[in-house]
Amino acid sequence: MINPQQHILHRGITSIQGPLVFVRNAEGVGLYDRVEVLVKDGGESRIGRIVSITGEHIVVEVFQGTEGLSLGESRLRLLSEPILLDVGPGMLGRVYDGIGRPIDGGPRIAAHERLRIDGEAINPIRREVPSEFIETGISAIDAMNSLVRGQKLPIFSGSGLSHDRLASNIARFARLRGAKEQEFAVVFAAIGVTFETAEHFRREMDEYGAMERIALFLNLASDAGAERLLTPRVALTTAEYLAYEEGRHVLVILTDVTNYCEALREVSSSHGEVPSRKGYPGYMYSDLATIYERAGRIKGRQGSITQVPILSMPNDDITHPIPDLSGYITEGQIVLDRDLERRGVFPSIELLPCLSRLMNEGIGKDMTHADHPAFAQQLYSSYAQAHQLQLLSSVVGEEGLTANDRRLLRFGERMEREFIHQGNERRTLEETFDIGWSLLSSLPDETLVRLSDSQIGEHVAPRRDV
Amino acid sequence: MTARAEVFWINGPVLKARPEGNFQMKEAVVVGEDRLTAEVIRLDVDSITVQVFEDTTSLKPGVLIEGSGLPLAVDLGPGMVGRMFDGIQRPLETIASRQGDFVHAGVDIPNLDREQAWPFQPEVAEGDEVRSGQRLGVVQETPSLANRILAPRDVEGGRVTWIAPAGEYRLDQPIARIRSEQGECEVAMLRRWPIRIPRPVKQRLTPEQPLLTGQRVIDTLYTISKGGAGAMPGGFGTGKTVLQQTLAKWCDADIIIYIGCGERGNEMASVLEEFPKLEDPRTGRRLMERTVLIANTSNMPVAAREASIYTGITIGEYYRDQGYDVALFADSISRWAEALREISGRLEELPAEEGYPAYLPSRLAEFFERAGRVTTLAGMESSLTVMGTVSPPGGDFSEPVTAHSRRYVKSFMALDRTRAQARFYPAIHPLLSYSEYVENSARWWQQRGGGVRWAEQRAQILELIQEQARLEKMVKIVGRDALPASQRLILVNAEVMVEALLRQSAFSETDRYCSPDKQIAMLRTVGDFIARAEQVVKDGIDPDALLALPVTRRIRRMGEDIPNEKPELFDELAHDLDTAFAALVPATQAATE
Repeated sequence: MINPQQHILHRGITSIQGPLVFVRNAEGVGLYDRVEVLVKDGGESRIGRIVSITGEHIVVEVFQGTEGLSLGESRLRLLSEPILLDVGPGMLGRVYDGIGRPIDGGPRIAAHERLRIDGEAINPIRREVPSEFIETGISAIDAMNSLVRGQKLPIFSGSGLSHDRLASNIARFARLRGAKEQEFAVVFAAIGVTFETAEHFRREMDEYGAMERIALFLNLASDAGAERLLTPRVALTTAEYLAYEEGRHVLVILTDVTNYCEALREVSSSHGEVPSRKGYPGYMYSDLATIYERAGRIKGRQGSITQVPILSMPNDDITHPIPDLSGYITEGQIVLDRDLERRGVFPSIELLPCLSRLMNEGIGKDMTHADHPAFAQQLYSSYAQAHQLQLLSSVVGEEGLTANDRRLLRFGERMEREFIHQGNERRTLEETFDIGWSLLSSLPDETLVRLSDSQIGEHVAPRRDV
Repeated sequence: MTARAEVFWINGPVLKARPEGNFQMKEAVVVGEDRLTAEVIRLDVDSITVQVFEDTTSLKPGVLIEGSGLPLAVDLGPGMVGRMFDGIQRPLETIASRQGDFVHAGVDIPNLDREQAWPFQPEVAEGDEVRSGQRLGVVQETPSLANRILAPRDVEGGRVTWIAPAGEYRLDQPIARIRSEQGECEVAMLRRWPIRIPRPVKQRLTPEQPLLTGQRVIDTLYTISKGGAGAMPGGFGTGKTVLQQTLAKWCDADIIIYIGCGERGNEMASVLEEFPKLEDPRTGRRLMERTVLIANTSNMPVAAREASIYTGITIGEYYRDQGYDVALFADSISRWAEALREISGRLEELPAEEGYPAYLPSRLAEFFERAGRVTTLAGMESSLTVMGTVSPPGGDFSEPVTAHSRRYVKSFMALDRTRAQARFYPAIHPLLSYSEYVENSARWWQQRGGGVRWAEQRAQILELIQEQARLEKMVKIVGRDALPASQRLILVNAEVMVEALLRQSAFSETDRYCSPDKQIAMLRTVGDFIARAEQVVKDGIDPDALLALPVTRRIRRMGEDIPNEKPELFDELAHDLDTAFAALVPATQAATE
C-alpha cells in the first residue's frame, strides 16, 4: 500500500491550463508518476500524472478535470510510483468507474497485487501464436472472418448502427468448439458512451445470467474527458490479471475507441503539440498500440486476452485517422454498413472490407473443416463479383448482363438475406457452412474457381437442384 | 575520462541534460543506474539532448548520463542467424530469460553472447599475406550457413603472424594476429560497427540478376533485382505483411533480415513459429537457418523503432561483405518515419509535410542507398536487396513517406484494396505498379527458358491488362453484351490470365512457391490459351462459351492444382486444351448441321 513517507506535498502551482497543472520543480519525482490533486485542504482528491519535466516545471495532467482548482488553495501529492491498480480475487461480477473504483456499493477489491495500468510490452518471443478458433455464432465472422483466442478484432461502425447489439451477442454466444463451459470472462469498458448504452449492455448480460462473469468499467459521456485515457488501461490491467493470474479466457470489449481518441487529441492540443492528421497527435498510432497490443496469449500461461474494440467511424469514413490507424494495428476488422442496416440485415456486416488476419491460423483441417479456407475464399470471390455487378446493373440495367452475371447477382442478394442476416439467432459453424454451400450451389462450376473439383463434388454438387 | 551529464528535462523518450566533459553527436550513452541505452541527438553549449531506446517511465531529473565516446553500434559475428533481436540488437530470448514474459526497461546485456564458443576453421596460414576483407577462416553458424570471418579493414598488405588452430573459440577470443604497417593487431570473431554508417565496399555495381521470389506477379511483371530497392505501399488489409513474409520465405537470397518495425507482436510470433518449420526449396534446409529477425513491435519504445532499420541493415551489410546475397525486408518504413516524426516533435523542430521533419527524404535516401550490388573489399561480388512496406494513411499514395520512397526505389508494388477485398492475393495493382529492373530479368529468363520470348510475353500480358481496364470502363456504360466478340474475347483472355497467373495463394502448399520452370510452363499455357482462343473466336465461337469449358477452369486453377515437381501435367493440360478447342463447333455451323 502507499507508504506515506514516499510522497511529497507540494503547494507551488504556478499555472493551470485546461487539463494541465504546472508546478515548480520538485526533487525525487519521475516521468508518468502518479499525482493526487487535493482541490483544497480536506476536500476531494483527483488523480493525475506527470507528463513532462522541463527544468523549471513539472507538468501534471489531471484526469478528472481542473474545475475548482486554484493556485493558492490546491495542493499536489507527488507519489513516486506510476498509476497502479489493485487487483485480486472477486473482480468479476462488479461495476467500476472509469478509473477502477467499485461503484456498485460492494466492498473494495482486496488487493492481491498492484499492477501498472500502462502494462508492459509482451516480449514477442514469449507470445503464443493465437490459433484457437472461437465460435461466435455469427456466420459473417465464423466462416468469413474467423476470430481466434488472443486476437484483436475491432468492429468499425457508425453512429446509430447496431454495434452494441452485435458486441453483446458475441459476448453471449462465444465459445470454443467442442469444449464445455469455459473459464470465460468478459471485461467491458465503456469509454465516454451514454448511460443508456452502458445500462443496456449490463441489463442484457444480466438477463442471460452472465453478470457474474463480467467486470464493467464505466466512463460515461458525462464523466471527465481526460479520464477516458485511463479507462481502457484499467480495464486491460484487470483483464491481464484475470487471464494470466486466474487463467481465464477474457474477452475485452472497449466501446467507443473514438471517444478515447478525441480525449487524446484534446489533451495533446492543450500540451501545444504539433498535430498530425486532423489534429490528432503524431503518436496516436503508438498510443493506440499500447492498448491493442495487450491482446494475446503468452507461452506457458493458461488464459488469453481477446479484444473486440468498437469504434464509430466519424462520418462513416474508413480512411479517418481513428479507423485507419486502428486497422494498421489490429488483426483485421469487422465493418458495419448503414445500407445493410436500413434494409433490415442484422448483423449489418459489410463483408468486403472485413478481414481477419489470424483466420488462417485457426481454421482448416483438425480445427474447423479442411475445406473452410477454400469455402471462405470462394464466397468472398463470388460475393465481390456480385457486388461489382450490382454497381454495373444500376447503370446498364439487368438486361445488359449475361445469364451468368444475373445468377451471380441473385447470389449476392441471397448472401445478404440468408447468410449475413441471422437476427439474434446463434448459428453453429455447421449451420453456417450448410447455408454457404447451398448458396454456392446456385452458381455454375466454371465460376467456382477457388474450389477444387473434389470440393465441388463433395459439397456443392449434392446441393444442386436436380 | 568519460563525459557525464545530469538530466533536467524529460519528455517521453527525449531527455536534456547539463554536460560535464565532451559529448559528440550520435554518441551512445547510458542513462541512470538502470543503464538505459540512449543516443545523443543534439548538442548545445550548456545542454545535450538524447533519445532513450527504452521505456522512460519513472525516470527522475538528476539522474546521470554517461558517455561512451563511441557512436551507437551493434555486435557483428556468428550467433545472429536464427535469432530475434530488439531494435538495438539485444537478444529477446536473453531478455525473456532475465525478465520474464514482459519487456521492462534496464536490461544490461551484451548483444551477442560472449560465453558461447563457436567452431572456427582457419583458412590462412602463418606468414600468409592478407588483404582487408579477406577470409581468415570460417564458422559454421547454422547447418546451411558458413559465417566467413574476414580480416578487418585496416590490415591491407599485412601478414598473418599467428592463426588459431581449428577449434572452439568465444566471440571475443583472438583467432589471429596480423602485422601490418600499423603494427601488430589481434583479431577476434567479434566486430562492432556503428549502425548509421554504411560499411565500406571496394566498388558499387549496378544490379544484374533478378531476385527470384517464386511469386509470379513479381517475377514476371514487377521484378526486383539482387541489390535493388523496392517499396510496397498499401492501405491496411491489403496484404503487405503476408506478401513481405512470403518474399522472405521463398526468395533466393542466402540471408534474410526481417525487421518488424512498429508492427504487430503476433506477426513476429508467427514468423518465429513458422520459419523453423518451412523448408528452403533450393537447399532443403530450414528457412530459419538463414534468417535474422529484428522486432520492435508497435508498443515497444519508439526511439528503438527509429534505430531498428539501421541495426537490420548493418547486419545485412556484414553478411553481404562475406560474399552473400542478402535480402532485407522492413515492415514498415512508415512506422520508422513516424518514430522520426515523434522524436522530432518532442524536440520542437519545425515540421515540414504532415508534421514529418524536413530531413525525412534525406534519411529515406540514405537508407535505400545502402542497398546495392557490390564488390567487397576482398573482391567478391555480393548484394544487399532492400524491400520496405509503406503504410500510407487512408491508402493515399500522395502522402510524404510513399511519395519520397518512390524517388529512391526502382521497384514499386502498389497494393490495391479492391483486389484484397475480393481475396485476390497478392493484391498488387498491375497498372499502378512498376519496375525498372525488367531488363535485368528479361536477360535472365531468356537464358533460363532456352529462348522463351519472355519480354514479349510480359508485354503481351501488360497490354491485355491495359485493354481490360479500358474495356471495363465501356462495359460500365453499355453492358458486356453490347461489346463485339473481339472485345469480349479480350475480357475473357484477361480474366483467365489474371486468375491463372497473377493470383497466387500464400497459404496453398502447392502454390505458395512457384519454381522458375513452373512459371515458364504457366506463361506458355496461358499464351497457348490466348492464341487458340483468338483462332476459334475468328472461326465464329462465342468468347463467353470458352469460360464454360472445363479445360478453362483447369487453366485458371493450374497454380494450385499442378505442383512444381510435376511439369508433365502441363503437357497434359496443353494437349487437353488442343482437344477441347478443336471440338468446339461455331453456333452458326451447329445450326446448319
